[in-house]
Amino acid sequence: MRTVRILHKNGSICEQFGCNEVINYSGFNYVGGQTMRLAVVDTERCVGCQSCMFACARRQGEAGLARACIGVRSVGGMERGFIVVVCRACDDPPCVKVCPTDALKPRDNGGVHFDITKCLGCGHCRDACPIGAILWDDEINKPMICIHCGFCAKFCPHGVLNLEKRRGEGYAKKRLSQKCSLR
Amino acid sequence: MLKKDSLRNVLYVDLSNKNFWVKKREDLFERYIGGVGVATQLLHEECPKGVDPLSPENPIILTVGPLTGLFPLASKTVAMFKSPHTGNLGESHAGGRSAIAIRMAGYGAIVIKGASDIPIYLAIHGDRVYFRDASSLWGMRSNFTVGRIIRENEPARGLRTIMRIGRAGEKLVSYACVITESYRHFGRLGLGAVFGSKKLKAVVISGKRSLPVSDRKQYRKVYDEIYHAAVNSPVMKKYHDLGTAENILPLNELGGLPTRNLKEARFEGASEISGETFAEQYLGRRLACSHCPVGCIHIAALREPYGDEAYFYKTSMISYDYEPIYALGSMLGGSNAKGLLKLMDLIEALGLDVMSTGVVLAWVTEAQERGIISEKETMGIKLSWGDYSSYMEAVRLIIEQSNEFYKALARGVEHVASIYGGGDYALAFGGNEMPGYHTGPGAYIGVLIGARHSHLDNAGYSVDQKVLVKRKLTPEELAEALLAEERWRQIQSSLVICYFARGIYQLDTVSKALHLAGFDLASDDLHRIGEEIHREKYRFKTREGFSLDNIRLPKRIFETPSLVGELDEKFVRRAVEHVKKVLFKEGVRKSI
Repeated sequence: MRTVRILHKNGSICEQFGCNEVINYSGFNYVGGQTMRLAVVDTERCVGCQSCMFACARRQGEAGLARACIGVRSVGGMERGFIVVVCRACDDPPCVKVCPTDALKPRDNGGVHFDITKCLGCGHCRDACPIGAILWDDEINKPMICIHCGFCAKFCPHGVLNLEKRRGEGYAKKRLSQKCSLR
Repeated sequence: MLKKDSLRNVLYVDLSNKNFWVKKREDLFERYIGGVGVATQLLHEECPKGVDPLSPENPIILTVGPLTGLFPLASKTVAMFKSPHTGNLGESHAGGRSAIAIRMAGYGAIVIKGASDIPIYLAIHGDRVYFRDASSLWGMRSNFTVGRIIRENEPARGLRTIMRIGRAGEKLVSYACVITESYRHFGRLGLGAVFGSKKLKAVVISGKRSLPVSDRKQYRKVYDEIYHAAVNSPVMKKYHDLGTAENILPLNELGGLPTRNLKEARFEGASEISGETFAEQYLGRRLACSHCPVGCIHIAALREPYGDEAYFYKTSMISYDYEPIYALGSMLGGSNAKGLLKLMDLIEALGLDVMSTGVVLAWVTEAQERGIISEKETMGIKLSWGDYSSYMEAVRLIIEQSNEFYKALARGVEHVASIYGGGDYALAFGGNEMPGYHTGPGAYIGVLIGARHSHLDNAGYSVDQKVLVKRKLTPEELAEALLAEERWRQIQSSLVICYFARGIYQLDTVSKALHLAGFDLASDDLHRIGEEIHREKYRFKTREGFSLDNIRLPKRIFETPSLVGELDEKFVRRAVEHVKKVLFKEGVRKSI
């Protein structure tokens, strides 16, 4: 039997593997008190090496690709370049809305917190994400969701990925307040 | 080898009975690591003696290694088979996503046996294997289209390899290649024809899994060391910047760039087909193999007007490298980069080995010049140096093989010269067309004694440029140096590391990385295994009738001075003689 370790919880991952970064409960990386977000800066610079995918799995203490929360594939033939698929930390995440067990919860500055212990592996979140950023680990039948730690960006040799300060659109808050005024 | 490692799984596919099964073969991996080491043993097991390479009995063996998926640059797949081109050991390596896909699908090796009655393609998704009807894909003009269709048909985007053949493979041209991910190839020795003979149009492989390591903390540490060495090393930078095409100018300068069928070793048009020119005028994109941060694959964007309508253009994306530029550029006396790219694109679409094709065309051009081949044989085509439109016509006719001459051309330059003459300038060694290095005796001895007659067997061209330019070696010393290199390369290609990273994966790094994959091998063990694999390859060669007694040396190589001066036939023969003594003293023959 395969042992399943708990992921994405209270900074345990980064401490465990000697990474200097601290991950807060929301799963977002804080540097100098600022929420960070993994940004796909320019897919045209991507050579398709998939080092980011391997890095993501490695951050979780695994080799291989089952645990990758980021995906790189060609646009439709290598000659046209690549698509990099990863969570973009939505303000009002569609994946949260369809989670039947509250395993996914929205966080203040966008994106989600994932509690794997509550997850049934129903796959609704995967279907709901319009950009396909909820990857799946078939070995444990659970979603793989980016926590924006930026580990992959360190292994991007050509400047495609960058961990940057979050620029929230405030879209969710705006929508809520609009709802209020209508009432 | 680690207890849970799926590397030990060997997938056997029987195309005749549309059947498949998996065997656990830790016996092979523990003794021979993976890659070429394991593939050689599987070839001994699966390939009956004296078999016709185009018969169903000839197996296709694909292997990866323990470091694949664990460490960067362990990104190659080894293919082994009996070559329809040389009638002997067939071995070819390719990158792309092939290695990662095989490893992630849960296999260390895949053995494809038998032959299908109808055209099919194989789809291997993890532990499921599907036999799909490929009748509608058979006969398609371009392998790009085949790739596109399969891309739409199959799942696992980004996690799969699509190996396929073009028309050349279907028509059993003995130097047809297998293309993977549009731009990488099992280029040499005719794997494409073996696919064709099995009515196997393509193989799709995909998977996604976790791999075990012996110590997670140490794993991250060693990974970081290798990764940083790879992205910071000047050698890797060179491969990323201009790519292998960077070598055109320096080799030309030194006088080692085969030109016009090696009548010369300097090309006056070199600057027009240099890596610099291609990068500045045509480079449209760079790509990498899966799990390699370097990105050495250079793709030219060629924009051409259609001509039948104003402002109507198409842009073709064409992969270039040093060897294709040599084979279709200087070797054919062509300095028109556009023409060269168009010919390259056609050869890619049809799925021919570009190096062999270039050397074959160069021979025909010279043979026509000398009058031993007339336009009767060529069906009205007059080939002349640098005339790309006639070269394109000739390539199409090689595929169609509509007369005896083109049938002969479709079997390579040594074969055609054995019928029509002109052997003195038929530039094949051990039956395989020459690479782009007229650097000195090392290059030629290297491809003569190399187990697959490839310049990458032992890099003799590198000994010429690094050692022989500075000091003299005796034939015996040179032979020993090449043998030592070839034996060590058996380890690299068992791991299976890209040769571009050979400087990064030195002995101690290899041992450290292997330890994390559950292989405890000290440097002595590695050298011993390398030697053994080399011996095993030669055992296969000897079994299939190869001998170093009657090597064919085209006179041309002694007529054109190389960058270390004129070559001496006696020197070359003495070196080969020495290799023979060493190999046979080691008991290649005895062990059969």
